[in-house]
Amino acid sequence: MAKKLLLGNAAVARGAWEAGVRVVSSYPGTPSTEITENMVQYDDVFVEWAPNEKVAAEVAIGASIAGGRAMTCCKHVGLNVMADPIFTVSYIGSNGGLVICVADDPGMHSSQNEQDSRHYAKAAKMLMLEPADSSECKEYTKKAFELSEKYDVPCFIRLSTRVSHSQSLVELCDKDDVELKPYEKNIAKHVMMPGNAIKRHVVVEERHRALVELAEDCEFNTVEDNGSDIGVITSGISDMYARDALGDKVNYLKLGMVYPLPEKLIKDFAAKCNKVYVIEELDPFIEEHCKAMGVDVIGKDVFTLLGEYTPAMIAKAVLGEDAKEYNEVNEALPNRPPVMCAGCPHRGTFYVLKKLGLTVSGDIGCYTLGAVAPLASVDTTICMGASVSAAHGMAKARGEEFNKKLVSVIGDSTFMHSGITGLIDIVYNKGNNTVIILDNSITGMTGHQDNPTTGKTIRGEATKQVDLLKLCQAVGIDHVVVADPFDVKNFEKIVKAEVERDEPSVIIAQRPCALLKTVKYSGRCEITDKCKKCKICMKLGCPAISVRDGAVVIDATQCNGCGLCTNVCPFGAIEKRD
Amino acid sequence: MSTKNIMIVGVGGQGTLLASRILGNAVIKEGYDVKVSEVHGMSQRGGSVVTYVKFGDKVNSPIVGKGEADIILAFELLEAYRALPYLKKGGKMIINDQQIDPMPVITGVVEYPADIGNKLSALCDCTVTDALALAQEAGNTKAVNVVLIGVMAKNTEIPYDVWVETIKETVPARFLEANLKAFDLGYGI
Repeated sequence: MAKKLLLGNAAVARGAWEAGVRVVSSYPGTPSTEITENMVQYDDVFVEWAPNEKVAAEVAIGASIAGGRAMTCCKHVGLNVMADPIFTVSYIGSNGGLVICVADDPGMHSSQNEQDSRHYAKAAKMLMLEPADSSECKEYTKKAFELSEKYDVPCFIRLSTRVSHSQSLVELCDKDDVELKPYEKNIAKHVMMPGNAIKRHVVVEERHRALVELAEDCEFNTVEDNGSDIGVITSGISDMYARDALGDKVNYLKLGMVYPLPEKLIKDFAAKCNKVYVIEELDPFIEEHCKAMGVDVIGKDVFTLLGEYTPAMIAKAVLGEDAKEYNEVNEALPNRPPVMCAGCPHRGTFYVLKKLGLTVSGDIGCYTLGAVAPLASVDTTICMGASVSAAHGMAKARGEEFNKKLVSVIGDSTFMHSGITGLIDIVYNKGNNTVIILDNSITGMTGHQDNPTTGKTIRGEATKQVDLLKLCQAVGIDHVVVADPFDVKNFEKIVKAEVERDEPSVIIAQRPCALLKTVKYSGRCEITDKCKKCKICMKLGCPAISVRDGAVVIDATQCNGCGLCTNVCPFGAIEKRD
Repeated sequence: MSTKNIMIVGVGGQGTLLASRILGNAVIKEGYDVKVSEVHGMSQRGGSVVTYVKFGDKVNSPIVGKGEADIILAFELLEAYRALPYLKKGGKMIINDQQIDPMPVITGVVEYPADIGNKLSALCDCTVTDALALAQEAGNTKAVNVVLIGVMAKNTEIPYDVWVETIKETVPARFLEANLKAFDLGYGI
C-alpha cells in the first residue's frame, strides 16, 4: 500500500477509520483539532462537533454501549471537562471499542496549563497507549479499538503537540470489516447506581490485573539492547529525542503502553544496566512507578518538569555532551507575540472596554489576546466558560459598585460550551452582571470550526442554528442587545448603559471573523494630511498601523480595509480607498 | 544519507505551512524518510512561526536544535536574525527582504533592529531576496513562499522537475500558473 506524509492527528483519524469507527464526537482544542477534522473525509463515519467535551464523550460512550466503535478527541484541558463520564465509563467498560484521544501541550504552545494527562489513566484505571510518530499514531489507534473490546475497557491514546503536529510517513491500509456488535440490555453493567457500581468496581480491579499482564507482553513495549551499561526508559516523543541524542550508546526500553506499566519488563531491563534514566516530558509518571517498585532510576533530578525536551538536553544530561557550536545573536531582539489579526472584530470591543476602564473577566479564545498591549484590557482567564461565572463571584465578593465597572467577555462557541450555565447561575442567584458575547460566527482560535450558533455541521451541511438572543432571553435575561463592535461610538454607549443597569444583561457583539471566506473587506485605509499625530489609532493595536520616523503609517500589505481605524480617528484623518 | 535539517521561519499568516508541505512532499518523491514539524494555534496569530523539515535515510526527532540547521528559509528579517543560533556552522540562510513590525515595535516599546541583512551576511552564508517583488512579478503577492522555495531548491540535490511536479500537486489549480512562475523566478536567482 502507498505511503503518505500525514500529520499525527490525521494518522489517528486514518487509524480510527481503518478500525471501522462509526461515531466520532469531539470539541475542538489545539493540538487535537485536526483528528476530528480529518474524519470528515470518510463518508461512512458519523462525525460531529459537540458543544463541549463532556457531551462529546457521552455521545461516544452511548455509541459504544450501542455496539459501535466510537472515539472522542480532546486537548488535555478538555479531558478535565469530560472527566465525569470518563471515570464512570471505566466501570461500564465498552461494547463497541471506545477510544479517548487526548493531546497534551508541553511548552504550552496554545494552552492555559501544562497538565500531564497520564494521571487520568491511573486514576480512572484505564488503558493508555502513547505513539511517537504518525505511523505509530495509526497503528496504536487501530490496536486501541481492539484492546478496548478484548478487555472491556475504554482506551486512551495520549499525544503531545510534537506528535500531533508533526508529519511523517504512514502506510495506508484498507478498512477492516468490523460488524456492529449486538446491543443487549444489561442493567447490572450499564446502570451505575451504588448496588451495581460496587460489583463493577470488583470487575475493574480484576481487569486491571489482566491489563498489567498485557503490559508485560504488549508489542508496543520494546527493548533495544545495545550492550551498554546505561539504560533509558522512554515513551512517545521523548523516545525520538533520545534516539537522536544517544544513538546506540545506550539500551532502550520504549513504553508504547504507558498505563498500566509492565513491572517485570522494567525490572529485567534495569537489572542489566548500571544506570537507568527515565526520559519523560512533564511529570515523573514512569519514574515514580519505577521507584515505588524499588527500581533505582534517574529522572527529574536531571531532567526538567517544565516544557518540551530536546535531543541536546538529553545528550547533555545522559552523556555529558555539549551542544553543537552556533552563532549567538549579540543584541536583544523584540519579541513577536501573537496578536489579533487585522480586521479582527474583537478589536473594537476591547478598544471600548479599555477606554471605559472596566474590569474584564475573560475566557478562552482568540479574544484572550485582549490581555496583550496595547489593548491590555482582560483581567482574568481561567478556563472555558469561567468569564461568566467568575464575574458573578467577583460581584458577590466586592458588591454592586465594583459590578458596575465589570463585564465578562466570551466567544460564541465558548458560550455554547459552558458559558450558558454560568449565565443561568447569574439569573437564578440574582446577579446583575453584564456579559458580552463576542459573536464572530465561528470557533476562531482553533482554526474555524462550526458550532451550534453557526447553522452548519462539521460537514458544512445546513442545520438548525441556536439563536443566542432567544437563548439568553429564555434563561431569564430581560435585557439582550445586539451591537456591532466596529460602530465604536454606539457600542460604547451600550456598554455604559448595560453595566449601570440593576439587572443582568447580555450584549451580543456581532461581527464575523475577518478570516472567514464570507467576509469580504476591500480597499485599504490611508492616513491623510489631516493627521495630527494624536496616535489614538495606535491604541487599537492593529498590526497594520505603526509609526515610522514620527509619522503614523498604514502598511498596505497588512491592511484589509476593515475601516475600524476610520471610526476612532477624532480628526477624520484616515480614509478608506479602493 | 545523513539527515538534512531545514528550518522555515516567519510570521503567522505568511504561508510558511504551505512551503513546508511542498518541501516535505518533494523529498518523499526522492525516496527519503521525512518529518515535518509544524506549530498551529496561538503562534499563528501574527506571532513567530517555526517549522522544521528533516529528511534522510531515517529521521527520529522532528525538531531541529541550535547549530543543526543546514538551511534556514526565513520569510522575514527579524525572524531570520532570531533563528541564527539554529544555523549549522557552514549552513546557508535564505532570507526574504521584508520587515514586519512586531507589536512591541508598533507600540514603541522597542526598536526594530537595524541593518539585519548586512549583519547576517557578515556572520553566515546568506542570500537576501526581495521575494515580494518577485511574487508580484509572477502575478500573485501571496506566492512569496513559492519564490523562496525556488531559491532554496537551487541549493538542494532534488531535481528541478521534482519540485515542479510537487507544486502542481500541492497548489490549487487556479493559483498554479502564478506559483510556477514564482518558483522559476526564485530558482533563477
